[in-house]
Amino acid sequence: MSHYSALSILGHGLTGNRYWSRAWRDPAPKPSYDVVIVGAGGHGLATAYYLAKEHGIRNVAVLEKGWLGGGNTGRNTTIVRSNYMIPGNSAFYDRSMRMWDNLSQDLNYNVMLSRRGYYYVFHSPGQAEGLRRRANVMLGNGIKAEFFDRAQIMKRLPFLDYSPTARFPIFGAFLQPRAGTARHDAVAWGYARGADKQGVDIIQQCEVTNYIWDNQKIVGVETTRGPIRAKKVVLAVAGHTSHLAAKAGLRLPIETHVLQAFVTEPLKPLVDNVIVYGGAHFYISQSDKGGLVLGGDLDGFNSYAQRGGLPIVEHTLQSAKALIPSISRLRLLRQWAGVMDMTMDGSPIIGKMPVEGLWLTGGWNYGGFKATPASGYCLAWTIAKGEPHPDSAAFTLERFERGYQIDEFGAGPYPKAQ
Amino acid sequence: MLRIPCPVCGLRDETEFSYGADATVRLPDMNEADPKVWHDYVFIRDNPRGPHKEYWHHVSGCRQWIVVHRDTLTHEIFGSALAREVAA
Repeated sequence: MSHYSALSILGHGLTGNRYWSRAWRDPAPKPSYDVVIVGAGGHGLATAYYLAKEHGIRNVAVLEKGWLGGGNTGRNTTIVRSNYMIPGNSAFYDRSMRMWDNLSQDLNYNVMLSRRGYYYVFHSPGQAEGLRRRANVMLGNGIKAEFFDRAQIMKRLPFLDYSPTARFPIFGAFLQPRAGTARHDAVAWGYARGADKQGVDIIQQCEVTNYIWDNQKIVGVETTRGPIRAKKVVLAVAGHTSHLAAKAGLRLPIETHVLQAFVTEPLKPLVDNVIVYGGAHFYISQSDKGGLVLGGDLDGFNSYAQRGGLPIVEHTLQSAKALIPSISRLRLLRQWAGVMDMTMDGSPIIGKMPVEGLWLTGGWNYGGFKATPASGYCLAWTIAKGEPHPDSAAFTLERFERGYQIDEFGAGPYPKAQ
Repeated sequence: MLRIPCPVCGLRDETEFSYGADATVRLPDMNEADPKVWHDYVFIRDNPRGPHKEYWHHVSGCRQWIVVHRDTLTHEIFGSALAREVAA
């Protein structure tokens, strides 16, 4: 497995790029492992990577029913941010933001992190006060946040609709300057390559169908490629967490909902930042290829379908046009959907499950991608040391029983509203 | 676009409806003192990948709450009934 560098690009370029080695192996499953991770998305691969790198646990398999990074890791809108203010969230998401800093160097794989800034546009005095409070709490936690009034934001984002006929008048915007985007596929590929290099087996086309039990304890998984025994089984299957947890006899505070994303035909640089519309649930950024990446609201009813319906297409595109009228004639290139674990408080669940032998990272709602490094790091710590990492300690399953929900959005136990 | 059969109005577009919640969840007895029962009622859902009974409100139609039997994986709808007839 070669080290990637400018020199290796030059060398391979001179030989016609004929001698690149595989980025990771394609091993057959062994009969048993120390840890089996179900789901080769960002979170599962990051967990395997940090298990090997930080804790020396290398006898690990990552099982994937489809192809690596083909779930929500490859379906999100690539935004990374940490504009959180509730205790439990702040430290965790800021750890993730700090980990993004060196991720490309750490993985020796360019995740194309772009700290282009994340604007949240607001449209009423009430919204302004809410965001000012958020900005102040973030500043108190050492997370940089800035605040702009209408005149300032007209200079910074001149292409928004400031006309008297705008659907919602723009009062100003909140900015997290360190937020931005990263290349989502590269995150999965980088973690896969890094984990594989340290001896982790990544086994694709291998669906987990059930668990192997020994006296009330999970000791492995039944798969479409035969039984695989493991001392510890980890679920990293966001979207399908309830489905696999149910086979272990667990019922979780999760509903699965479908979320769509869109990309337009490419155009010259227009949207330099990530912009979130405060008038409806809508966010937009521009990819390095030039396509505008659009995201909107959930379809709004339980679904495992990985495809979205037209009402939300219409809603998202209406929002896009209401915020940036000049893009109204762009054509959509692609539209797709992923299925989210929506939890009852909008926050994730990381840690050991009440069933012996089972760990979980799930319940990532809209926000799993940006959390990938911290989720993998904290879960690996939890698995290796048998106790929760301080930064993810609040994300227990038991918090619901004890009334410690982490409800950042304040929507209550309504997953479709989170 | 889902096409939802309303027991009153017939087959209508999804946009006329507002999604409610899992229709198999039942309010516990008000004298129930076990916190676990209330925890399960408020937070815990089966979230099946397959047939699911769910409340929809025909808010832009007859304004009735209905229970729709729908597959969450294929979006196939098997039938519907007025919620007050199902919940009773």
